[in-house]
Amino acid sequence: MITLLLIITPLIAGLMAFVLKQGSSAKTFALLASIATLVLALVAVFTPGELGYDIAWLNNLGSRITLKADGMAKMLSLLTAVSFPLIFTAVHQNTYKNEQAFYGLMLLSQAGLMGVFLASDALLFYFFWELALIPVYFLCSLWGGEKRIAVTFKFFVYTFVGSLLMLIGLLFMYFQTADQSFSLESFYAVKLTAKQEMLMFWLFFIAFAIKMPIFPFHTWQPDAYEQSPTATTMVMSGIMVKMGVFAFIRWILPMFPNAAAQSANLVIILSIIGMIYASLIAIRQDDIKRMIAYSSIAHIGLMSAAMFTNNRTAIDGVMIQMFSHGVNVIGLWIIADLIEKQLGTRQMSQLGGLAQKAPVMSILLVVMALANVALPLTNAFIGEFLMFNGLFQYNMIMAAAAGISIILAAVYTLNMVQKVIYGDTNSFTDKATDIPFNVKLSLVIIALLILVFGVFPQPLLNLTGDTVSALFVKK
Amino acid sequence: MSKIAFLVPLFPLLGFLINGLGRQRLSKSAVGMIGSGMIFLSFLTACFLFGQVYGAASVSGGAPINSVVTLFDFIKTEAFTIPFAFQVDQLSVLFLLIITGIGFLIHLYSTAYMKDEAPHHFARYFAYLNLFVFSMLLLVMGSNYVIMFIGWEGVGLCSYLLIGYWFKNGDYNYAAKKAFIMNRIGDLGFLLAVFWLIFKLGTVNYTDVFANVAQLSAFDITAITTLLFVGAMGKSAQIPLYTWLPDAMAGPTPVSALIHAATMVTAGIYMIARSNILYTMAPGTQTLVAIVGLATAIFAATIALKQNDIKKVLAYSTVSQLGYMFLGLGVGAYTGAVFHVMTHAFFKALLFLGAGSVIHAMHHEQDIRKMGNLKKYMPITHITFLLACLAIAGIPPFSGFFSKDEILVAAYSSNPLFYYIGVGGALMTAFYMFRLYTLTFLGQFRGTHDQEHHLHESPSAMTTPLIVLAVLSVLGGFIGIPAVFAENKHWLQQFLSPIFAESTKLAEAHHLSHTQEYLMMGVVTALIIAVIVFAVNSYKKYTGNDATEETGVGKILLNKWYVDELYNSIIVNPLHNLAGLFKNVVEKSGIDGAVNGVGKLVQYGSRQLRLIQSGQVASYVLIMILSMVIFFIVWFNDLTIMRFINKIF
Repeated sequence: MITLLLIITPLIAGLMAFVLKQGSSAKTFALLASIATLVLALVAVFTPGELGYDIAWLNNLGSRITLKADGMAKMLSLLTAVSFPLIFTAVHQNTYKNEQAFYGLMLLSQAGLMGVFLASDALLFYFFWELALIPVYFLCSLWGGEKRIAVTFKFFVYTFVGSLLMLIGLLFMYFQTADQSFSLESFYAVKLTAKQEMLMFWLFFIAFAIKMPIFPFHTWQPDAYEQSPTATTMVMSGIMVKMGVFAFIRWILPMFPNAAAQSANLVIILSIIGMIYASLIAIRQDDIKRMIAYSSIAHIGLMSAAMFTNNRTAIDGVMIQMFSHGVNVIGLWIIADLIEKQLGTRQMSQLGGLAQKAPVMSILLVVMALANVALPLTNAFIGEFLMFNGLFQYNMIMAAAAGISIILAAVYTLNMVQKVIYGDTNSFTDKATDIPFNVKLSLVIIALLILVFGVFPQPLLNLTGDTVSALFVKK
Repeated sequence: MSKIAFLVPLFPLLGFLINGLGRQRLSKSAVGMIGSGMIFLSFLTACFLFGQVYGAASVSGGAPINSVVTLFDFIKTEAFTIPFAFQVDQLSVLFLLIITGIGFLIHLYSTAYMKDEAPHHFARYFAYLNLFVFSMLLLVMGSNYVIMFIGWEGVGLCSYLLIGYWFKNGDYNYAAKKAFIMNRIGDLGFLLAVFWLIFKLGTVNYTDVFANVAQLSAFDITAITTLLFVGAMGKSAQIPLYTWLPDAMAGPTPVSALIHAATMVTAGIYMIARSNILYTMAPGTQTLVAIVGLATAIFAATIALKQNDIKKVLAYSTVSQLGYMFLGLGVGAYTGAVFHVMTHAFFKALLFLGAGSVIHAMHHEQDIRKMGNLKKYMPITHITFLLACLAIAGIPPFSGFFSKDEILVAAYSSNPLFYYIGVGGALMTAFYMFRLYTLTFLGQFRGTHDQEHHLHESPSAMTTPLIVLAVLSVLGGFIGIPAVFAENKHWLQQFLSPIFAESTKLAEAHHLSHTQEYLMMGVVTALIIAVIVFAVNSYKKYTGNDATEETGVGKILLNKWYVDELYNSIIVNPLHNLAGLFKNVVEKSGIDGAVNGVGKLVQYGSRQLRLIQSGQVASYVLIMILSMVIFFIVWFNDLTIMRFINKIF
């Protein structure tokens, strides 16, 4: 029941937001709704065992509303539930035209995300996948930056191709099931010929690789992150990319284990190339948002490499990193948004000296930066350590090559820190003031999450342990 | 027995939090009290632990002391468990005393040295300093390689924060960034070694790793030790990763003392001494360590000969002295290396703090060509500095003599060539140190009148640490009296023997005859004294007027062998250009171009098919649906499709 509520609450709240009277505070309403969802998610996380919900839906198609919350689903629901209040708090002082619609769409997207993580039925999964994405198209194209139309179009084309490939794949699998059912178990049970399996693997791979994104399917991302309203960017990079990671672990790896094993080398090499490539580009970015976007691509690259190592420790690392990356990247976006709103520029070369003007923001930026370079005792270190460890056992040379990104991460992150907060002030940064309370609140919570899970990661590792075990039993 | 071990790092952590969070509210004196006081409490705890370990060792008759204190499980997976645990034994306790003892003196000194800073910056400074000590304590106390790595990266972070402490200055920020990134290169090596250990042994705990070394193949051990050594190259500033350390003097001078003496750079020595059994079993790596160490010792010494910045000379001398320590580790003289860490900590802290006292008096002038005759104005600084110079030069019976001699004698047993080259470096050390001493304290004053007018001895908060360190620099060597003078008087060797017991068993013992050892000591000491006399005579009449430009070798040395320029042209710039190529060409026209090309192709196709009327998006959708239909027709017979359609309707 709690699983259903996790989806229903943001869904109903989202729909209600649209019909709120003009002038009423949609943002406060959305914040309260998201806090309610957070409470539900916490209840789910602290309820032991797998949670489920099942009710008939499209019976003659063999599709039911089946929700299941194992460790991974609980953790990602928690990530979704934690992120939205943080985002809503941080952007509380921003004004959006037609606020009701803006927050309504954000909440609908949250409902979709929850559904994706909880659905245990392929058709339902597809439905929620689209429910999460469609509001984002509108958010980008209506509230985005000046190049929003072109960028949204590109984003749309990419994800639409991905969605269609996925739909084709799901239908194909459906026809192969013994009982003509969309349920996850039936999909797992499908026996395919080697050729079919390989074809299906790549079909799904491209669909989910676009979402993550895995190099070279990533070019929509920096543009979309740059042009979207920052609140939406936070949802996209903090949570939505995890839909791709999640889908790999929930759907692709168990459904096509042989094809995945055979393609592992190729995927991992592609991922490592992507890591180095994106890291190098990040070094040369002058725009904070694009820097974060490329840095994020590099981090996701490590996750996609680790997923394919077929190593338990690496998957443990992916699990915890999904949560850590989500929280940390939202922190970086909040700061980027703050700087842009306050100073009117995102170019690092025009910034500097904020350590004097905005010391609190600067300290928080340094904490986020340290998490971005995965310094030990930050949450990101745990995930990266476990993933690199697994990658090392898969292939030492590949791990060493991927390891170069650790060094490059320090280069681009410290570059950013240096250019933004150190040095002397200039005409742009002279007018800077320290952060408003609401932004500070969000960032301090994120900083605490970074440190607490950096020192005590075990609760999160334990939470997802059952998913990882199941994955390795199935094989 | 060591239940209270966690207090040692806890105090500095508290100091960091209190001063960091209260920086806007606390007064400077409160900040100084908290910052220094926390380290002093750590020092007291460390003394207590030392007493415990020492007492237990004398009871157990030199057996290793099993004293791992587990706080909680840091990371626990199916494959391995990494406990958050501390190891309190002879080696770590010795380092604890050095870190907290010298750390405390540096904190105390800082309260006076930094007094002109604004209160919140003053608090920030002490918070960073406490965090630095905290990280170093974690590094030394950890009972496994992962906890060591936490401290390992932690000190990298703190050096970054402190080198860039005066953050308005772009050059300082650059130096800070360089330190962090160079350290990261080494850290990657360290990390890969950790993965290798987990892969082969499933554990990173020292006790388990060392008990199971037999399971490792020769290749594994060589690879692991080499990768760990790469980490040490970064942290302890060895060729090729040493260039960050001389630049690190951008930070306030007490920070340099902390980095060069008590924390950070000694981490690499500690790590190898801790892993001594692995290195003893990897003779190939040992040779590499010895050669890199020796090469660094000589190379850095040549650069120090020509530097004119008081802190730069000292920085290169640190790089050089660290080289000697690695030489010691490489030839199996683990005790000698640790001994040199300790004596070096005394006299290098003293030299840097003395330099700070000079810079303080000279109003931030660091160029020794503009100093001179400071002995007249700063008697305490002068005498203590002189004692430190004698100690680092290796004049008996000052502390540096004993530790350096121990390393060089061991090097001779391993390979006489190591010894001769090492002695060459020692002579250079004597020369550049006394060049520095003479230009600073002797001769005539060459600064401005204004500077001369304000020359003064530093306040007692600064001179007290100098005096304490001077005493230690003079007497510190007596804890390791070589057998040639008196049998069984090498206290340090006896104390540390359980740590190196396994390695000692494996290593072949070489003993030089007493006559030969006396002869070597005598000749080297005579040579060093000759060099000192030569250096003093050459520079005491220096007037600062000979504006002759350096040429030839001198110019190369002045420019530090152009290593920074070399790194820039073979690594930094090519990477920068490659990144630019990716950003501006590949990303824009390559990958994106291909995607847009596909888009254009589809548009072109649709135009031909006259499907464009409904706009671009619709045409995409249509194409997709069409291809989907085609796909299904190809893959399934009509029957299946009809069945599906029937189901829907």
